[in-house]
Amino acid sequence: MIYWHIFWSFFIANLLGYGGGPATIPLIQNEVVNHYHWMTVSKFGDILAIANALPGPIATKMGGFIGYQLAGIPGAIIALAATILPSALAVILLFKFVNLFKDSSKIKLMTKSVQPIIAILLAVMAYQFFLTAFEKSGVFHLLLLACISYFALIRLKIHPSLVIVCALFYGGIFLS
Amino acid sequence: MEAGPHSLSYRQNGVHVNQRGILLIKGENQLKPYVELAIGFARTGVTGYGGGPSTIPLIEFEAVQKYKWMTEEEFGEILALANTLPGPIATKMAAYIGYKVKGSLGATVAILAHILPSIVAMIGLLGVLYSFRKSPIVSGMVQGVTPVIGFMLLEMAYRFFQNGRKGLGLSKMVILSAVSLVFIQFLGVHPGILIAVFLIAAYLIADRKEKAASPETNVLLQRKEKSS
Repeated sequence: MIYWHIFWSFFIANLLGYGGGPATIPLIQNEVVNHYHWMTVSKFGDILAIANALPGPIATKMGGFIGYQLAGIPGAIIALAATILPSALAVILLFKFVNLFKDSSKIKLMTKSVQPIIAILLAVMAYQFFLTAFEKSGVFHLLLLACISYFALIRLKIHPSLVIVCALFYGGIFLS
Repeated sequence: MEAGPHSLSYRQNGVHVNQRGILLIKGENQLKPYVELAIGFARTGVTGYGGGPSTIPLIEFEAVQKYKWMTEEEFGEILALANTLPGPIATKMAAYIGYKVKGSLGATVAILAHILPSIVAMIGLLGVLYSFRKSPIVSGMVQGVTPVIGFMLLEMAYRFFQNGRKGLGLSKMVILSAVSLVFIQFLGVHPGILIAVFLIAAYLIADRKEKAASPETNVLLQRKEKSS
C-alpha cells in the first residue's frame, strides 16, 4: 500500500507541475506533508535545503530521497519511476507529432495560466518557513539570516550551496 | 561536491576526450555511444546547479557541440516540445536524446547517468545529518538554514510571478494569484483541482480565439481571390 501511495503522490505532483522540476516542489510538499502526513514541514524543508545545495535536477533528488526514507531502495525506485517515466515516455511518443504541438497557442496559454498557482504555492511555503524560523529562533535571527540571504544570493550572486553551508555553520554555533 | 573540479578539468581537456573518441571510432567499439551518453549526462547532472532548467545549456553543449547527437535547430525543437509537457525538464531531454541515439536502452542510460550521482549524494548527506538528529548542534544547524530556505522559496515565487506577469499582464496575474490564494489556502481546495480548472479554461479560451480568428482570414482570402 505504501508503494502505491508513493507512486501516486509523485505521479500527481509531476503531472501537474508545469514548468520543470522547481514547479513540482510545492506540489510534492502538498502530497508528502499535507495529504499523507509522512513528514513535518520543517523536515521537508531540511530535505529541500540539502537538495538545493547539491547539483542536478531537483525533482528526482526529492523523489529519490523521500522514497528512500519511506520504504528503502524499492521506495526510491518507485518514486523516481513515477517522477520520470510518464513525461519521458510522453516526450518520446509525442516526438512523432512534433509539428502539431510546436507552435500551439493553446499550449502556450495553458503554460501561462498555471504560473499564478505555482507562485502562490511557493509564497505560502516561504511564509511557513519564515513562521517556523520565527517560532524556533526568534525574530532577530530570522531577519538577520533572511537579509543576509538576500544580499548573498541576489546582490552578490554567491552560489546557493555556499550560502546553505554558511547557514548550517551559523546555526550550529549560534542557535544550538 | 567532489565531482565539481573533476568535471571542470574534463571540460578543459575537451580536445583530449575528442581525440580519444576518434580513436574509439576506429576501434569500432559498440559500447561507445552508451559510454558517451553516460559521460555526457553524468557531467551535466553533477555540474548543473539550481535544478533541471539550469542544466539545459549544459545539455545543449554536450548534445550539439561536443558529441554532435543533433543540430542546434533540432535541440531547440525538442526543448519547445518538452516544455509543453509537465514534469521535470532535464529527464525529458535525457529521455529523448538517449532514445534518439540508442533507443530505449540509450534513454535509460542517459536518465540514470543524469540523476543517480546527485541522489546518492543526497541520501548519504542526509543520512549523516539525521543520525545526529538529537544533537543540539544539528538542530541549531537546521534552524540556521530555515530562513535561507524561506528566502529561496520567496525568490522562486517572485520569479514565477514575474513569468506570469510577462505572459498574462499584471492585472490578470494579480487577480488569478488572489483567486489561487483564496481557494488553496482559505478554502482548502487541492492545488491539482485548481491547476486542472485553469488548464481547461486556458484551452477553451485559446480555442475560441483561434476560431474567432480563422473566419476573418478566410473572408480576407476570398476578397483577394475576387479582386484578382
